[in-house]
Amino acid sequence: MSTLETTGGLETATATREITLAQAIREALAEEMRRDPRVFILGEDIAEAGHPFKVLTGLVEEFGPQRVLDTPISEAGFTGIAVGAAMTGMRPVIDIMFGDFIGLTMDQMVNQAAKIHYMSGGKWKAPLVMRTTLGATRRSAAQHSQSLHAWFCHIPGLKVVMPSTPYDAKGLLKSAIRDDNPVVFFEDKMMYRLKGPVPEEDYTIPLGVADIKREGSDITIIATSSMVQVALGAASLLEENGISAEVVDPRTLWPLDEKTLVDSAKKTSRVIVVDEGYGRYGVTAEIASVIQENAFFDLEAPVKRMGAMHVPIPFSPPLEDVTVPNEKTVAEAASAMCGVK
Amino acid sequence: MTTAVNPSKTDARTGAELHLHMYRRMMMIRLFEEQVNDLYTRALMPGLAHLYIGEEAVAVGVCEALRPDDYITSTHRGHGHCLAKGAAVDLMFAELLGKEVGYCKGKGGSMHIADPATGNLGANAIVGGSTGIATGAAFTAQRLGTGQVAVCFFGEGALGQGVLYEVMNMAALWKLPVIYVCENNMYNEYTHFSETTAGDILARGPAFGVHSEQVDGQDVRAVYASAKKLVERARAGEGPALLLVNTYRYHGHHVGDVSREYYRSKQEEQQWKTDRDPLRIMGDWLTSQGLADRAALEKIHDEVKVEIDSAVQFALAAPYPSSDKVDQDVYA
Repeated sequence: MSTLETTGGLETATATREITLAQAIREALAEEMRRDPRVFILGEDIAEAGHPFKVLTGLVEEFGPQRVLDTPISEAGFTGIAVGAAMTGMRPVIDIMFGDFIGLTMDQMVNQAAKIHYMSGGKWKAPLVMRTTLGATRRSAAQHSQSLHAWFCHIPGLKVVMPSTPYDAKGLLKSAIRDDNPVVFFEDKMMYRLKGPVPEEDYTIPLGVADIKREGSDITIIATSSMVQVALGAASLLEENGISAEVVDPRTLWPLDEKTLVDSAKKTSRVIVVDEGYGRYGVTAEIASVIQENAFFDLEAPVKRMGAMHVPIPFSPPLEDVTVPNEKTVAEAASAMCGVK
Repeated sequence: MTTAVNPSKTDARTGAELHLHMYRRMMMIRLFEEQVNDLYTRALMPGLAHLYIGEEAVAVGVCEALRPDDYITSTHRGHGHCLAKGAAVDLMFAELLGKEVGYCKGKGGSMHIADPATGNLGANAIVGGSTGIATGAAFTAQRLGTGQVAVCFFGEGALGQGVLYEVMNMAALWKLPVIYVCENNMYNEYTHFSETTAGDILARGPAFGVHSEQVDGQDVRAVYASAKKLVERARAGEGPALLLVNTYRYHGHHVGDVSREYYRSKQEEQQWKTDRDPLRIMGDWLTSQGLADRAALEKIHDEVKVEIDSAVQFALAAPYPSSDKVDQDVYA
């Protein structure tokens, strides 16, 4: 799905091949573990099993069980252990199998990891990465389908990363592991098989830099993670109707590259924000607010928000499918904003 | 109940020096906390103050068994742990008063004293909140082969928190050098622990294969002896331990908790103060052994008092942080 045109800046890369998002994640982990002996990963069924989504296959064979640790089903406990290990010199990467399970880790992330640097007057730091998933439409029902990244965006001291392509996933994960702060890294479980160009050589993508995935002039679609692919599909549909849509991917929700988002809004004068989390008090609300505070007089229309419906994610496919934005609904909303039916 | 071994048989620093040092450390904590009470009741200290008075032998006995680079995690009732691990009283007072020179630049306060220089990973205002951190520090020590151990102090109230058992399980599976020190001061805030704690506390360790002992928390020599044994065990790679220390909190849950008769009697409090006071027990032992006379103990009291008074004056005179510091140290 991902092409050179949509990933930006890769035309100059020398040795680029197509790999899946899962492979990109695995490569980032392996390269960082080779580079830095302090990096280790822990989580449930991540060693010989290689994680239920097979994202981590082969890592225990290369790095051994001392650095790829199967934990008990104790999300709070091993997250807490990661905080202490990070404070004392290690670089843990913890694996929370489904994003729905972050509720179990919240005290460790919110009251411990996020705050220890500040509470200690800058003396301690907790450089850990929590990798977890988001995304509906896998028919996994209400406790395995949520997109809860907004929870962490609310907390000072945490960083939140939302890759949308294999290229971004690899470069951002390497930066997250090298960052001195607790970083939460959300992977859309429906995108693990998404292929895209990724260079062979080492690279990182800084946290806090948005990427324009597609240039356009009539409307800006700001989209995150899985919704970037939806937005790109919508942009293709819009192009058939003569509407030029720009797709902007913040890539990290905190730090947030406000300038790139606002500049695009000023350029096109119309903005839709699409995110798979709940709209109410969510990421779309925050980004819409940033746009309206900084680009109000350049806008032709109120900023439109599109997120998950405010219902628990249902199991039955016809019910689940209407809970999240898709290419068609995004294109329809964009057409309406542009005055085109 | 495990009988404590005689510390004179296990401690390399046998003799008057060690025991007088422990007495002085307990006196330091006692007078520090009395001063906190005074500052608080005179409205000179903002926030909350959870006093450690009555429990001094626990922190001192355990921390004296540690190396300077060993780790501790502490609790909301943490002043004693921090001081016992080597914190300076002036910087402690400065932090309690929210001053710039305090241990955390005034950003942490009474419940969040942290200090890498003394291995203090931080006091923690979430009950049971630091159990993971201590276990993680032990993980690092094991992985890096540093020989360090981590001590996790927590009150018996934390026995109700599931995360404690999650990390204890992993510590046992991975043989981590961590010692879980449960200070049973008998009260979960305003509730007697018997109302909140089913079964046998000490049996919870062996359920995970964690070596477990209990000790009289008013006898600093006994605490020291038990802690030393468990620390040596952990350092030798023999895995985690649970040390249940039975003690008593003389004051309320916090300084404002003054009318306590709805949850415990004044008679009970008085009995502990009269019969089970850790400073009195150690003082009596020192004099009975001929290691100090009453005058020498008085001298320790007076010297510590001078140090405390000087530290308080330092902290009171120190400036507050300027408001432009508020958004510094959010990210590393």
